Amino acid sequence: MRQYYGTILCVAVALLAGCQREQRSLRPLPANSSVMQQLPPESGLYPGGVAPAGQIDNPYAGNAWAIAQGQRLFDWFNCSGCHGGYGGGAIGPALNDKVWVYGGEPAQIFDSIARGRPNGMPAWGARIPRDQIWQLVAYVRSLSGEEPKSATPARSDGIEPTPFTIQNKVKGETR
Amino acid sequence: MSAHSVLAPAGAQAARIHAHWLLLWYVCLAVYIIVGGFYLWVLIRSRRRRPEAPADRTHQVDRGLGKYVAVATGITAATLVLLLIAAAVTGRDLSAYAPKPDLRVDVIGHQWWWEVHYLNDDPSKMIATANEIHIPTGRKVTLRLTSEDVIHSFWAPSLNGKRDLIPGRMNELVIEADRPGIYRGQCAEYCGLQHAHMAFNVIALGPGDFSAWMRSELKPAAEPSDPVARRGRDVFMGAPCVLCHAIRGTPAQATNGPDLTHIASRRTIGAGTLPNTPGHLAGWIQDPQSIKPGNNMPVIPLDAADLQPLLTYLETLK
Repeated sequence: MRQYYGTILCVAVALLAGCQREQRSLRPLPANSSVMQQLPPESGLYPGGVAPAGQIDNPYAGNAWAIAQGQRLFDWFNCSGCHGGYGGGAIGPALNDKVWVYGGEPAQIFDSIARGRPNGMPAWGARIPRDQIWQLVAYVRSLSGEEPKSATPARSDGIEPTPFTIQNKVKGETR
Repeated sequence: MSAHSVLAPAGAQAARIHAHWLLLWYVCLAVYIIVGGFYLWVLIRSRRRRPEAPADRTHQVDRGLGKYVAVATGITAATLVLLLIAAAVTGRDLSAYAPKPDLRVDVIGHQWWWEVHYLNDDPSKMIATANEIHIPTGRKVTLRLTSEDVIHSFWAPSLNGKRDLIPGRMNELVIEADRPGIYRGQCAEYCGLQHAHMAFNVIALGPGDFSAWMRSELKPAAEPSDPVARRGRDVFMGAPCVLCHAIRGTPAQATNGPDLTHIASRRTIGAGTLPNTPGHLAGWIQDPQSIKPGNNMPVIPLDAADLQPLLTYLETLK
């Protein structure tokens, strides 16, 4: 039996390596018509500090590929034009902090993007497909460290003159 | 039919590579025949002779072998050195830089399409297009190659060798077509999910045809006269299309995706993935992810009442 220990060990490692395989969904998500009609709370404050149940979860939460797509779309759709590179804040509020004017839950961020907000946030619901809005939601949450560190982008899409990661920013280290 | 073969050169650079290829081919063929012939001779000879005890003949056999090995090694080394010199000469000829390029074309690689800009000292004469490079015959065209994301590689086998498109760096490649024709090329450096579907066409035209093409390409999109096409333009402007695509002459000016100003005059869509016909275009718009999974164009649901006018409008963009 002892001569098979090596084989058993290799087989066990190979089987375990197949666990927790991240799904990369290239097909559109199943249609959820209520996500555009449902009105999540606009505030992050709840009486008693307990958020109400029943808000729609982000189907891409914790998915590294979706967050990476959100990072690409953040520049492609010029979110960085108002919110700054990596959500640092410009004429729009910073997205990489813990201050959420209209709530930081995924459904609330989806609502902010899709239906717009007062004082300058456009309504993107007719322009950005639902799946891409969810990818942007996941990315925006990763900017303030709300997504698992293993899924948060570890580098930017472009060439950076100095090493810079979102995790460094979230931890408060300066460039 | 488009030419897409190293063995069908259509320009001076590809002809030079083809000549070197032929040299290697004949030399290696000769070596193969000689070595194979010796091998067969040894096999046949050893079958005819009866087996002998080799122990007491060892020294004599080795002395004879040593001479043959030395001669064969010498011939091999000489052949390799000559091939090395030939390769150096070919490389020097290929990298001879055209000091005054007649035509400069920027080719910017994206995942998974080719952005093409015709440069001009007069900015109003600059052209932006995608996935097709029109060149005049008989003139040296300098391609300035770079990338917006990962490393790609430009390879039109009938025109020249491969040159990488590296983000943050500009490489140059000179191509020249001897005769009119369509020369297909493709990306030659693995660049992600759809690297296999990242092709392009270099279309060589006679000088008159090339000038006519440039004149027509400079025109912005014409105002559609057909009301169905106008409705299609409204669909385009109201849909997510405008976030990525540009049509000169309209408010759509985004540069994330290929320029669509003259989409109807291109031979393929999706960087060589599909032929450019209305049916294929409809399928592409409705579900690009099932044709080219993982590419950056999302699935956008459109009703048939919107899709048909949109197709009519896009077909007017010649």
